Amino acid sequence: MALGTGCTARPGKSRNNRTGSWRVFKPAFIHERCTSCGMCRIVCPEGCIGENEEGLPVPDYDYCKGCGLCAEECPSEAIEMKKEEK
Amino acid sequence: MLQITEGSLAVADAVGKCRPQVIAAYPITPQTHIVEALAEMVANCTIDAEYITVESEFSALSACLGASAAGSRVYSATTSQGLALMFEVCFNCAGMRLPVVMTIANRAMGAPLSIWNDQQDSISLRDSGWLQFYAEDNQEATDLHYLAYRVSEDHNILLPSFVCFDGFILSHTYEPVDILSQEEADRYLPRFRPFQRLDADDPISFGLFAAPDYYMEFRYEIDQAAKKALSVFPKAGREFAELFGRDYSGLVESYRMEDADCALVAMGSLCGTVKDAIDDLRDAGRKVGLLKIRTFRPFPAEEVKKALSGVSRVAVLDKNISLGSKGAVALEVKDALYGSQIPVHDYIIGLGGRDVQKKDIARVVTLAEEGRGDLYYGLREEVLK
Repeated sequence: MALGTGCTARPGKSRNNRTGSWRVFKPAFIHERCTSCGMCRIVCPEGCIGENEEGLPVPDYDYCKGCGLCAEECPSEAIEMKKEEK
Repeated sequence: MLQITEGSLAVADAVGKCRPQVIAAYPITPQTHIVEALAEMVANCTIDAEYITVESEFSALSACLGASAAGSRVYSATTSQGLALMFEVCFNCAGMRLPVVMTIANRAMGAPLSIWNDQQDSISLRDSGWLQFYAEDNQEATDLHYLAYRVSEDHNILLPSFVCFDGFILSHTYEPVDILSQEEADRYLPRFRPFQRLDADDPISFGLFAAPDYYMEFRYEIDQAAKKALSVFPKAGREFAELFGRDYSGLVESYRMEDADCALVAMGSLCGTVKDAIDDLRDAGRKVGLLKIRTFRPFPAEEVKKALSGVSRVAVLDKNISLGSKGAVALEVKDALYGSQIPVHDYIIGLGGRDVQKKDIARVVTLAEEGRGDLYYGLREEVLK
């Protein structure tokens, strides 16, 4: 990333901040238990949960900070937070 | 055209001729006359600027910040507690590299409340990234505004500037001032050419978040830009001298420093008194000179070192005190002379508007010659008990 004089940035530059490196606990998505209710996608503060062809949630680990909100809110307990070894 | 006018009015006239597009300010003694005069010019359509009335100094500088980011030449003025209220915005203006120019009618900081002059207010913003220029008289205060815009808006610099002139001592004093015509001002100061600006059709964000892996680099770049002013300011000063004959190309200015044994170092209106005192002392056969600091930020350490290299002692007059340490100018001078054997004595003087006369300067020279320094000059006896 080139420094913008005046700490300036063009739109979309925040994608450069790969906040996934901040993560301590990583959410594991257990698709067998998932009902595709979409709650995890709604509560994710990063908006980094997408879906696959079957409509099941798939996080973008480049941006997932591991906050655990999705696991906390999941009504089917289909997301488990696990300590990440780096 | 030479005109006898009040310092504040001369400054307001020069600011108007710099063609600011947005002015936002909040009145505070002793800056008030400047912004009142500008408000009148806007109301009378003698200058084409937006005057944003605000509820505080914080808002005043915030409005200037936004207007500058939108691509306007902007102006504000304040002093003392007003500047303190702008503290956060000051750092943001510098970080966002916005060439705001602001007059500081230097005044003491409270508590205790004082409306009178010293330089504690602008000195306290020493590390904010703003360039700081100090005027000795109203002519210099007036002219420094033209220079400030030139230097601040230079695309190699892009940093805001304070033009500092002593409250009341200069701001409320009538002196002859050579007033530039609008044509002359335009010849020296071209229209503002923003480096970048807010534009809905070509979006850009200012002052963004920087994580630990980039923050230091931004600070480094601001510091580098400030240091570039050490060469850009003299160039702007030379061009001013070529057009109008008054030479501000020196970051420092020497007065009777040839063969000087004791050098006084000062900033602002004190320099006028010191020059008169030096004339008397020279008549009495004492080898005394003055080194006037015009640009406190960036600090011209090399120029100071060179100018003071031949003297036996240095006496710094500080109209400020970095509480718990020393006067800010003395700290800089000591740093510049580090490694030399020249003693630097610091004198905290004239705080809160206490008058400094020629006899006081002569007394300081005697104290320095006796090796007695690092003291508050002229303190009341009762606090020393």
